[in-house]
Amino acid sequence: MLDNIQSALAPRGPEAAGILEITWVLVVGGALIFTLVLALTALAFFAPPRWLAGKGLIIGAGIVFPVITLAALLIYTLLAAPRLSAVEPADVTIEVVGHQWWWRVNYLDARGEVDFATANEIHLPVGRTVELRLRSADVLHSFWVPSLAGKLDLIPGKDNRLRLAATEAAVLRGQCAEYCGGPHAQMALFVVAEAPERFEAWRAAQRQPAAIAAEDAADSEAASGRRLFLSHCTTCHTVRGTRAEGELGPDLTHFASRLSLGAGILPNNRATVAGWIAGNQHLKPDNLMPEFRFDSGELRTLAHWLETLE
Amino acid sequence: MRVTALLALAWVALLAGCSDESRPVLGGDAENGRLLLRQFGCIGCHRIPGVAGATGNVGPPLDGVGRRVYLAGVLPNSPANMMRWIRDPQSFGFETAMPDLQVTESQARDMVAYLQELK
Ligand code: HEC
Ligand code: HEC
Ligand SMILES: [Cu+2]
Repeated sequence: MLDNIQSALAPRGPEAAGILEITWVLVVGGALIFTLVLALTALAFFAPPRWLAGKGLIIGAGIVFPVITLAALLIYTLLAAPRLSAVEPADVTIEVVGHQWWWRVNYLDARGEVDFATANEIHLPVGRTVELRLRSADVLHSFWVPSLAGKLDLIPGKDNRLRLAATEAAVLRGQCAEYCGGPHAQMALFVVAEAPERFEAWRAAQRQPAAIAAEDAADSEAASGRRLFLSHCTTCHTVRGTRAEGELGPDLTHFASRLSLGAGILPNNRATVAGWIAGNQHLKPDNLMPEFRFDSGELRTLAHWLETLE
Repeated sequence: MRVTALLALAWVALLAGCSDESRPVLGGDAENGRLLLRQFGCIGCHRIPGVAGATGNVGPPLDGVGRRVYLAGVLPNSPANMMRWIRDPQSFGFETAMPDLQVTESQARDMVAYLQELK
């Protein structure tokens, strides 16, 4: 299932397909011309001299052929370009903010206000146009999901726009493609392209605050996990529905619904969360979250609560 | 000449090292175990040779765990005890940070098949 999740050779959208087509035209065309040049070189050595004498060859192969070929290529890529940046209004608008070394993902409403926030995972409806507004909170990053589109940088102070669409349901992986210091290589994300109904259900669930009240009654371990969270983690993390409103780290409101942990580096479950809280500097050296030294029981309790944040 | 002889000696020593006392095994699919160690997130806390991303250092590194004498400092190391530990680390009467991860018996057997190979 996870084959080809990060491959420009396995396009899942028109932009990536267009890039792949251009690539093939250039590679195959280049190979043909290269073979032709080699053949001419061989002729120059081995054929009777008069075969290549005369100005015809110079003018034909040296001037006319490159002019026509390059002009054709120029027109071809220019015509391909509008396909890569459609003009009709997008169906979904998402702001993606690069942070050292994770991605804030804000779904925007019709007025351009933040509808809800998540992190390190983008969901999008298959067959709809999605506009990404790429911004940076600190240094240069680059957004690259090879199966969907080419790279585009996240530049401090700029608002770069990337349009894309997915043609089939798939889980895809993306990677920061511009060195941004420290654990840059561990700054990845997942894109979940899903049927529009499933996307709408996901979006409706993400809008909700964390379900706290119900959980207290049912699960006392979760309640003590939440207390630990509220006394140690609120400066940096938000969990909507609680007083945790920190902005320095990823929004954790529906953390347990996400596939990965640590910006795409680990599967997300109770084990990895516990490992992350206690030992994230080994898992992702120099990332900006401190390690915590809880009693072992508290660590398990806290990890348990985070995994209830569906 | 001498170098070759030394190399040959070293090789023999290595082979001898491999074949000493082997523990009773419970079967299990070591390759599947390797994948499960990642999926279940053991990698978040343990360094495990051969498992992608296993750089955790919350618990002991599992290099050489197949030859370790006591698990968690108390349980004599055997495939059966390692399975019990993995399935329910909270059941031994002392506090440990390792959570009960709801590993099934056959999953634990596969993990143990892999871990016992780490000499
Ligand atoms: C000083 C700020 C800070 C504090 C305090 C902090 N965190 Fe974090 N946390 C971060 C940052 C920054 C990241 C992103 C790290 C990365 O991936 O590079 C993060 C990431 C996480 C993630 C992974 C999120 C994801 O989607 O990948 C979890 C879970 C988490 N923190 C839990 C906690 C818990 C639990 C506490 C309290 C015990 C806590 N954090 C305290 C800054 C903080
Ligand atoms: C939250 C961190 C954490 C997670 C997740 C975790 N462990 Fe552990 N593990 C520990 C700690 C801590 C110890 C040491 C226990 C002690 O000595 O009390 C340990 C000990 C062990 C030992 C005994 C090693 C020895 O030499 O003593 C094995 C084997 C083991 N774990 C396997 C696993 C497997 C398999 C998984 C995944 C199913 C896993 N662990 C998940 C923290 C973790
Ligand atoms: Cu980067």
